[in-house]
Amino acid sequence: MEPKRFTFRIRRFNPSDALDSYDEDFTLEVAEGVTVLEALLRIQAEQDGSLSFRYACRGAVCGSCAMVVNGAVALACRTQVHAAGSDTITIGPLPNLNVVKDLVVDMDFFLRKLTPVRPWLDPAGPDPERERLVDPDEWKEPEPYTNCILCASCHGVCPVTERDPRYLGPAALAKHYRFLADPRDGADDARLGFVDGDHGVWGCDTVWSCVKVCPKRVPPTKGILATRARIRPIEDKNGA
Amino acid sequence: MSDVTHYEVLIVGGGLAGLRAAVAAHDAGRDVAVLTKVYPIRSHSGAAQGGVNASLGNHPEGGDDSWEKHAFDTIKGSDYLADQPRAEILTREAPERVFEMEHWGAAFSRFPDGRIAQRPFGGAGFPRTCYAADRTGHHLLHTLWEQCMKREIAFLNEWFLTRIVERDGRAAGVVAMHVPSGTVSTLAAQAIVLAGGGYGRVFSKTTNAYINTGSVTAAAYAAGARLEDMEFVQFHPTTLYGTNILISEGVRGEGGLLTNAEEKRFMDRYAPSVMELAPRDIVARAIQTEVDEGRGFDGPHGGYVHLDIRHLGAEVINTRLPGIRQIAMDFAGVDPIEAPIPVQPGQHYSMGGISCDENGRTDLTGLLACGECSCVSVHGSNRLGGNSLLETLVFGKRAGDAAAESAGDTGVHDSVLVSALGEERARIEALTMRGEGVRQIEIRRVMQAGMTEKAGLFRSEAPLAEAVTMLSELKERYRGVAPNDRGSEFNYDLVDTLELGGMLELAGVTATGALARTESRGSHWRIDHAERDDDRWLKHTMARRGADGSPSIDYEDVIITTYELMERKY
Repeated sequence: MEPKRFTFRIRRFNPSDALDSYDEDFTLEVAEGVTVLEALLRIQAEQDGSLSFRYACRGAVCGSCAMVVNGAVALACRTQVHAAGSDTITIGPLPNLNVVKDLVVDMDFFLRKLTPVRPWLDPAGPDPERERLVDPDEWKEPEPYTNCILCASCHGVCPVTERDPRYLGPAALAKHYRFLADPRDGADDARLGFVDGDHGVWGCDTVWSCVKVCPKRVPPTKGILATRARIRPIEDKNGA
Repeated sequence: MSDVTHYEVLIVGGGLAGLRAAVAAHDAGRDVAVLTKVYPIRSHSGAAQGGVNASLGNHPEGGDDSWEKHAFDTIKGSDYLADQPRAEILTREAPERVFEMEHWGAAFSRFPDGRIAQRPFGGAGFPRTCYAADRTGHHLLHTLWEQCMKREIAFLNEWFLTRIVERDGRAAGVVAMHVPSGTVSTLAAQAIVLAGGGYGRVFSKTTNAYINTGSVTAAAYAAGARLEDMEFVQFHPTTLYGTNILISEGVRGEGGLLTNAEEKRFMDRYAPSVMELAPRDIVARAIQTEVDEGRGFDGPHGGYVHLDIRHLGAEVINTRLPGIRQIAMDFAGVDPIEAPIPVQPGQHYSMGGISCDENGRTDLTGLLACGECSCVSVHGSNRLGGNSLLETLVFGKRAGDAAAESAGDTGVHDSVLVSALGEERARIEALTMRGEGVRQIEIRRVMQAGMTEKAGLFRSEAPLAEAVTMLSELKERYRGVAPNDRGSEFNYDLVDTLELGGMLELAGVTATGALARTESRGSHWRIDHAERDDDRWLKHTMARRGADGSPSIDYEDVIITTYELMERKY
């Protein structure tokens, strides 16, 4: 396919000027195979050096570049320009986090939500000389949750994070379940207490938006439901 | 009142090496802060796929493995340029470091008996690469970050290092820019551990992240530290055609086959005994030779060959190589279950770096280095796959321990730091206010394309000399560079412009060392000097920044103890 001309309508915000956020159009010839991230880098390098956005790996593993592209939350590096289905591509910052500048959002707010779930292994006994043995079948339960790259895409689509700033959110709760389900962890009882509240697992609307958006196929809702079942198995069985 | 912040141990870089050093220094009782230009979890360590080597002997065919055999493979793989006692430290301490990561929660894949799974890798006599599917770097990075959270280690996220402050051969602190606000500050430290990663982005075709610009290495060089063996640059054989995203060596470890446009395997012509599992330098040159001799596929991004894993079946691909499948689908529109993956060689790793000893100590007192930015040297002229994650853990810990041990009064007055701060602020402000001038991207693109073309996989005198000249000219042009953004907050244009200055220095050292070294060894392949020449070149290249700004090159002996020199054949 020939290179094609696209308009990139980018949401801008600069804390140093008095303006509210606004849209600015940039046009660019883009060959097939070019990603939204590459297009943004070209705009920044060739047209407007003041355009700010985060990026690092460009291979969908570092989790830096979650944003809204044509209305949907996505990693910019994983989104093909030509697959957009329109000549105008709108780009905005990830929702549910304060915008710091242009497409850069307050990631500290998101990462701080991890602290209350104490996201590190708290093993049952002293460390053995070699590795702890883990049955590969038993590992299938926590495994999907270990792939979270903390890109905050789930946070950006979650209806609960939108209305409740105190909600731990899908990423922290998925991380919580990753350790709860880890057969090596010995702190299950304490862990359940970290999230047993309206801003924890009981806050989830179970609409599965986070599961659908996750670029790494992490299923936070599934982990939240499994955690709920561990906290109140009987009520859940009765359909609470 | 002084506006200098003081730390006992300051780590620069939040990837695996930096985090491992931070944990070590903290556990030794020091106050530690990690200064990093991106959030630690964004570091390029997280992109490592295939695994980490340790002679655990967990694999059914690995029972006779030992750290000595791992050391032998490492040294042979290095084409005998590795310092042998250091390669022995790397391999002897490997099991302990890997078990420790497991104890901290790392999500290693498991064999049916519950032990850590291991797979074969290139240049290794036994299957000793421990893995976590094909996302080993991600899992190790997140585990170490979690351990840092547990210890409440302080992080200075999104701080960009602009200068290491040195006085009479001693490092006393740094000057760094807080990218979110644009504020430039000085931080005093009793010991500094540099862990800033590689500089792959000086080349155009690279697996490296955009952030791998070598800015920390360049700062050390500017402060007077020597760079070692910089001409040894690893070109990974299998990077995804088009984007050059890494396609793990684990793919071949699991049985992936390389085929050319005639749909034939070709590694029998280059490494008949190990075929696809030859070390990276050999496989990379084999692929390029197939392409150059007309047996590759042609495309707008150069030639390529096929990496075929269809015969492994969906089950194996989905459990052991899920990330690779996703990358091929997302970035090349190819599902490896259905079709071969198009691959070509690309820059991948810097064997060279800041010269240091087995405890990370550099030429400057109080300045240590570990990980890819350093040169210990354990990889010599070619690194084996699975040894870089290992290096970050082994030497990250050692550097952290050494930093903790050596921390103490630097004897350097704060006024030295304040004065350096003033100079840096003036330099950065002058750059920002220049207004008219060449944009950094124009110089950067010329450098990147020129380095790939003239100082890449196959090298010879004339192109290397052209590269050296080109880089001098680009340095001259750089004197007139001007960022287009004058703002303070998140001014990435300014950061990119500052980084480019360092990249030109590192590229210059690389090309100069490569031009001087008239032999072929490991990754450094001179078509005009196709033999290894131990009489003249069994030595490390040492570069120091000269008074006129160009590198002054010297040489040092390789430390050879146990392992006799042999011809390197596979």
